[in-house]
Amino acid sequence: MIEIEVNGAVRRLNVDPTTPLLYVLRGDLGLHAAKFGCGLGQCGACTVLLDDEPIFSCITPIAAVQARKVTTVEGLGTIEHPGAVQQAFADEQAAQCGYCIPGMMIRAEALLRRTNRPTEAEVRGALQPSLCRCGTHMRILRAVRRAARARGGGVPDPAEPVK
Amino acid sequence: MSVLSRRELLAAGGVVVFFSLVAHAAPQAGETRKGDQGANGPKPVAPGLPGSLSKFPMLDAWIRVAPDGKATIFTGKAELGQGIKTALLQLAADELDLPLSSTTLVTADTGRTVNEGVTAGSHSMQDSGTAIANAAANVRLLLVEAAAARWKLAVEQLGTENGTVRAPDGRTLSYGELANTLSLHVAARTGVARKNPSKRRLIGRDQPRVDIPAKLTGGIAYVHDLTLPGMLHARVIRGPSHGTRWTNLDVGLLARLPGVIKVVRRGRFIAIVGPREWPLIEALRVAGQTKWEPTHDPWPAGDLAAALKQAPAQNLPILQRQAPLAIPPAQIITARYTRPYLMHGSIGPSCAVALFDGENLKIWSHSQGVYPLRDAIAALVRLPPERVRCIHMEGSGCYGHNGADDVAADAALTAIETPGRPIRMLWTREQEHGWEPLGSAMLVELKAGLDPLGHIATWSHDVWSTPHNSRPAGPGDLIAGTELDPPLAPTPPKPIPQPEGGGDRNAIPLYQIPNATVVNHFIPGAFLRVSALRSLGAHMNIFAIESFMDELAAAARHDPVAFRQGHLADSRAKEVIRFAAEQFGWSSYRDRPGRAAGFAFARYKNLGAYCAVAMDVEVDADAGRTIVHRAVAAVDSGDAVNPNGIRNQIEGAIVQSLSWTGIEGVAFDPQHRTSFDWSSYPILRFADVPRSVEVHIVNRPGQPFLGTGEAGQAPSAAALANAIARATGERRREMPIART
Repeated sequence: MIEIEVNGAVRRLNVDPTTPLLYVLRGDLGLHAAKFGCGLGQCGACTVLLDDEPIFSCITPIAAVQARKVTTVEGLGTIEHPGAVQQAFADEQAAQCGYCIPGMMIRAEALLRRTNRPTEAEVRGALQPSLCRCGTHMRILRAVRRAARARGGGVPDPAEPVK
Repeated sequence: MSVLSRRELLAAGGVVVFFSLVAHAAPQAGETRKGDQGANGPKPVAPGLPGSLSKFPMLDAWIRVAPDGKATIFTGKAELGQGIKTALLQLAADELDLPLSSTTLVTADTGRTVNEGVTAGSHSMQDSGTAIANAAANVRLLLVEAAAARWKLAVEQLGTENGTVRAPDGRTLSYGELANTLSLHVAARTGVARKNPSKRRLIGRDQPRVDIPAKLTGGIAYVHDLTLPGMLHARVIRGPSHGTRWTNLDVGLLARLPGVIKVVRRGRFIAIVGPREWPLIEALRVAGQTKWEPTHDPWPAGDLAAALKQAPAQNLPILQRQAPLAIPPAQIITARYTRPYLMHGSIGPSCAVALFDGENLKIWSHSQGVYPLRDAIAALVRLPPERVRCIHMEGSGCYGHNGADDVAADAALTAIETPGRPIRMLWTREQEHGWEPLGSAMLVELKAGLDPLGHIATWSHDVWSTPHNSRPAGPGDLIAGTELDPPLAPTPPKPIPQPEGGGDRNAIPLYQIPNATVVNHFIPGAFLRVSALRSLGAHMNIFAIESFMDELAAAARHDPVAFRQGHLADSRAKEVIRFAAEQFGWSSYRDRPGRAAGFAFARYKNLGAYCAVAMDVEVDADAGRTIVHRAVAAVDSGDAVNPNGIRNQIEGAIVQSLSWTGIEGVAFDPQHRTSFDWSSYPILRFADVPRSVEVHIVNRPGQPFLGTGEAGQAPSAAALANAIARATGERRREMPIART
């Protein structure tokens, strides 16, 4: 029996301890926000928070997260009461297919827990492990800047005028 | 197509021989049987009606009004992340005079919606949007007529608002009350006027997308998330890439692995089934030890462009414009451009859920064409099509024909052998990279003559490409079909005819050139598996044409933007170019060493959206980086329904095209693909996307929809190339152009 804490609730599970966290979240706990993208830790679609750090849940065995706090997008807010990061992504319409977006929001959340005044380079660096194929990057960046403002901080806008 | 083999052709001295063998080809003749990029589905039965209404004129195929006054809208098109759901609802709600919240949308489902073919070719707004808007105008008129009859008033005296019909004296009747007495199972009438654009409440205004909230909060948003009672997971076992097969698979061993409760075998098709995903993935690792062999002649290992040029081709002249030359050209300029194979590269590997109840088969799929897929799968599993239902459910963005159809067939074959249990089939990342149909490798050769005044006097464009469409037209087009014993044969590829074209999409220049020839060298015998990748040949043809326009402008010593304007007659094209240049600040921008601006334009398919892109690009040779400081686009998609949706699509197109054009290319050796994950097929990440992207819309209320989804890729490619050329003095004609 393995005990993990997900979105504030303690769950006891009878699963193979080598099972990566992603399959437990989706298969056993019915939490679908974290996505399978590669199973290789290359694309970030599966990203969740472990305590306050973003991890690739597709390659993190469930045994490694015992006694630590896992947060998924479901833990950031609900469709009725979205969290600040979710609201910012909605306000910026920062999704096309949206498949990568839960991973992006988790990385944004991790960054903004650390600082609500990240530099543009820090924002991009935080998101660098996550891939988006639709090319929604500019909106995702705008959403993170908006979320930083919503948390009382901000990110200097990187757009520069044509010289 | 000739009977000469490639070897004989090479022995005979190459392409010249072949050119003369294919005499007087008739490129426009005949129909493209295989999903012709959105224009397929059945033939029109009511040609006087607009959009897909011409094929399905009955109003209740599109709109039903419930007794509570709420409307359900039906479309045969699918949400692919392009925002079509929201735009279609805006159209319907506005034309019906209903609040958006009183409408719901049913998308592509062979059990509920009409057959609008494939959601492709930027056709959804013009096919389905036009049908829904006009059906809504018809329904609104019927409701008004019903109220007029009840009140014994003239139709002209009545108005509609907020789901009610209103009389001049203030009496109202709700749509729900009227719908009770009204059949919508009637054909649309021709000539029913749509609302005056000045009366619109929703069309033309930014509308938050209806699909986004669930995607942001862990809702069941994708077929990947679908969970049905008793559902089992499944994985398929194949060689490492298309063009390979396993040789010594120990099926008995697979069946004994923990967590595998069943092995489905049909010929060479092998799927493993179990209640949990992780044990199946571990079983795949065991199966991955299996030896494999190629199933094809060795692929060209060296110069891909040379191999394309030497391959047997149908040489199809698509433009022969000749006018007497007053004076011979003063300069002749030639150039040759190449593109490697590109991947769709969906972030989520392809997935499908299938359930066979012993009689009927139901499949949830992110296919772009539920009807063609249903028919192909019905033939594959030998069920009559009416016993197979295919329901679209979103997947990860597809950008064309990816593994969606194939994985649906894998799920169907597995489900047929597992009656009563829903089967969720998911490809691995390596399978998606290895087996998805790629965007074709291409070669374009251009030659132009400039007259002494610097105008283009002559032009020739030759494009060589393998096919851009292998969508399922039969069971042999699905990977699983080729694994049966005996294997089913794929449908022979055919060129997609002009005016839309496939490899020759956008090969005809929009510019005014008195003497121009364009030849499409269609290579039916693809090396690697290929099919439709967003914008098809337009990405490459416009990359070439618009790069070449800059090369010609430089030779003529003209400003690139002015040079384009000087060769255009289409006023909307000129306006989009002017607008993009103005918003970018083209006339005041000054190039400097290592940093410069590039410009490009295209009208997608020469009949869709107009899009111009300007880019401010820095090439840092020491750091090995290409930095796009700013990209500015102007787009005219006709009547803009959801401007924010259009901006989202074009922003995405710019970034996606920077990745395709700048850094991508499928690696392969003579036996198999060697790009099998994101490390062996890198795409653009956050550090290298532009500092800023702006999209400006030229709205044309009341004009036809021109589509948006594929308009931005091609001009973005050339804008990047042109900026790099001006920044470095080096013209890069071989994609990827920003790799260091």
